Amino acid sequence: MSVPTAIDPVEAVKKAFPQAVEDVVEYGGETTLVLNPDYVPAVAKYLRDTPGLIYNFLSDISAVDYYPDYNRPGRFGVSYHLLSMLYKRRLRLKVYLPEDEPVVETVTGVWPGANWPEREVMDMMGVDFKGHPDKRRILMPEDWQGHPHRRDYPLGYEMPMFSFNVDEIIKHKPRAKE
Amino acid sequence: MALQTAGNSEQMSEWQGSLDELKGLVSERAITGETMLLNMGPHHPSTHGVLRLLLELDGEEVVSCLPDVGYLHTGIEKTIESKSYEKGVTLTDRIDYLSPMSNNMAYCMAVEKLVGLEVPKRAQIMRVICMELTRINSHLVWLGTHAIDMGAMSVLLYAFRERERVLQMFEMLSGQRLMGSYIRPGGVWRDFPEAFLPALESFLEYFPPRIDEYERLLTNNPLWIDRTQGVGVIEPEKALAWGMTGPSLRGSGVAWDLRKSMPYSSYDEFDFNVPVGEHGDVYDRFYIRILELRESVKILKQAIQKLPAKGPFRSEDRKFVPPPRSELGQSMEAVIHHFKLWTEGFSAPDQEVYSAIESPRGEVGVYIHGTGGNKPRRVHFKTPSFMHISAMPLMSQGHLIADLVAIIGSVDIVLGDCDR
Amino acid sequence: MGISSKLGNLGVVTTTLDQAINWGRTGAMWPLLFGLACCAIEYMATQASSYDLSRFGMELNRATPRQSDLLIVSGRLTRKMAPVVRQLYDQMADPKWVIAMGDCASCGGVYNNYAVVQGCDEIIPVDVYVAGCPPRPEQLLHGIMTLHEKIKGESIRDWAVRETLKI
Repeated sequence: MSVPTAIDPVEAVKKAFPQAVEDVVEYGGETTLVLNPDYVPAVAKYLRDTPGLIYNFLSDISAVDYYPDYNRPGRFGVSYHLLSMLYKRRLRLKVYLPEDEPVVETVTGVWPGANWPEREVMDMMGVDFKGHPDKRRILMPEDWQGHPHRRDYPLGYEMPMFSFNVDEIIKHKPRAKE
Repeated sequence: MALQTAGNSEQMSEWQGSLDELKGLVSERAITGETMLLNMGPHHPSTHGVLRLLLELDGEEVVSCLPDVGYLHTGIEKTIESKSYEKGVTLTDRIDYLSPMSNNMAYCMAVEKLVGLEVPKRAQIMRVICMELTRINSHLVWLGTHAIDMGAMSVLLYAFRERERVLQMFEMLSGQRLMGSYIRPGGVWRDFPEAFLPALESFLEYFPPRIDEYERLLTNNPLWIDRTQGVGVIEPEKALAWGMTGPSLRGSGVAWDLRKSMPYSSYDEFDFNVPVGEHGDVYDRFYIRILELRESVKILKQAIQKLPAKGPFRSEDRKFVPPPRSELGQSMEAVIHHFKLWTEGFSAPDQEVYSAIESPRGEVGVYIHGTGGNKPRRVHFKTPSFMHISAMPLMSQGHLIADLVAIIGSVDIVLGDCDR
Repeated sequence: MGISSKLGNLGVVTTTLDQAINWGRTGAMWPLLFGLACCAIEYMATQASSYDLSRFGMELNRATPRQSDLLIVSGRLTRKMAPVVRQLYDQMADPKWVIAMGDCASCGGVYNNYAVVQGCDEIIPVDVYVAGCPPRPEQLLHGIMTLHEKIKGESIRDWAVRETLKI
């Protein structure tokens, strides 16, 4: 069985989806394809199935919050890290989502394993994935308020106790009863 | 009396929840009451931590299995955002607490990629030694706990006996048994102490007969074979689609090991095999890990040969790596670098990188987004346990509850690794 | 006919009721088989060979809280897990003791953030705190021996007074 020669993913996607690619970033030997959010599942399916690309494995989905002063097209960035086991290379797809309506279509139809990573992004970053089969919270308790990994969510720091402030802290600190 | 209260209709009407949220997750038969819903965990001896499973049972048979994670969500990713790059290393240990050095390595590789830092040859081999020792350490805990789940008590005692020796070596290196934080951006924390290599050599002499001992206890044991063969089968296509990696993927027959396929840290210079299973069941996943223990011994033996006698154990780039203590008394420049690194840390560009390594469980990937300052904007860990637990419903369908315990053990989950 | 002739040469031990009860309580404490995070691995190492917790009569881990005396909170206690741990504690039968093993269980440790309870004494009363991240098995053994010391100082009379007066 002959393996088709590898082709450049950037050129291929640009050719197949002329409107989809907004930007291409090269850094540290990695290629990032910045996509229009509407095209994510289509491009993902194309990258998975086209001979010469075969990005068959979804390594990771992660989101980043550019709050407060972002010089980017949107507040949130969602990255999809793809891996081609045949050609032994990686590719990152990235979409920027606006602050008021961070919605992108799910890729669970392309890789079923995207289910939990997308749920995690929904839970921790508050980005909605349209068409996701299971939108419950995953890491935080069901009744939790807010999305902890957003940059405007406080870390929840509690003053460490020292001898000069121990009395003050103990006054507020909850203590268990028998 | 207590029973009467529980059946009281007034109390029942106070119940706020509804079964609607379970629709689509469990079958219709559970809602009509034909099958039974059973809660397993988060406090359960065989869930390896605080995993909670919602099981739909038809008698003893698992119809569907809904894992619920997050009971160990510690906010490590968010905490690293408030620390400088060097300080973040200590937190990465505690994500996957059975293989701390692998996490150190994945994080440090990502930081090095982000700032463009080269690691000297000697440090790379030292890192390989640390990671392979970690693999032995992690697989030993897995072997012991997996066996004790299935009723083989003595394997745990044997495995922990050998593990103590690995931990003693870690203590020699870093001063800590588990959470060494020995691998740092640019290399390792300090040179190997004098006693380390002799201890490692004597361990490599001592260890392979012990693997034979575990095999004598388990590999051909008819009870073990009955409990494991043909249980929890996952096909290679499904395993790939659900993002499984590491020994759990190789058990299904996919020869994918990042050490071999996309080498890092001089792994391409080592001669070792990647064991691959064929059936994708619990037994294959077990046997692959046993073989990996032997391969790790092989790699460690080669690493001792390959380790250059002299050379820096970390990068000499003073913008990222602090100067040795001895220089501080003589050089003003060294004092400035030292002060700057330990107060402010180094800066990284406003870019994003992803780097992955093969940990004992599978692919651990670290995604770092810099800010241009000394703290990251976002650090995300792609952890194998997270993906493996998400694939657990596939593996457990149609099996008995007793087999579920074997399946949980065989994919080697660590809940800290899953929930971060 | 004295008591010695009935017993033969076995001899007689006289003791107080307190001492006898406390001896019984410390000699075979059954811990709950319960692990949270990293410290649970060190707890397993304490149980396994080379540290051998059964020297203290503690090799028998009970998986159900109903049969155990000692809860070792081993690891970071998160806000999602906190209600579960409190329920486990409530299910344990008196007398019961708690060891907070490790920095995270004692005070939150390195995780000073939104997800982690800053010390498990916020939700359950703790008898002994063991420092370390994670503590070595020797440290845990020391913690257990400290708990034994504490129990030996307890008196059944105090307990009776507490129960009758409901304080």
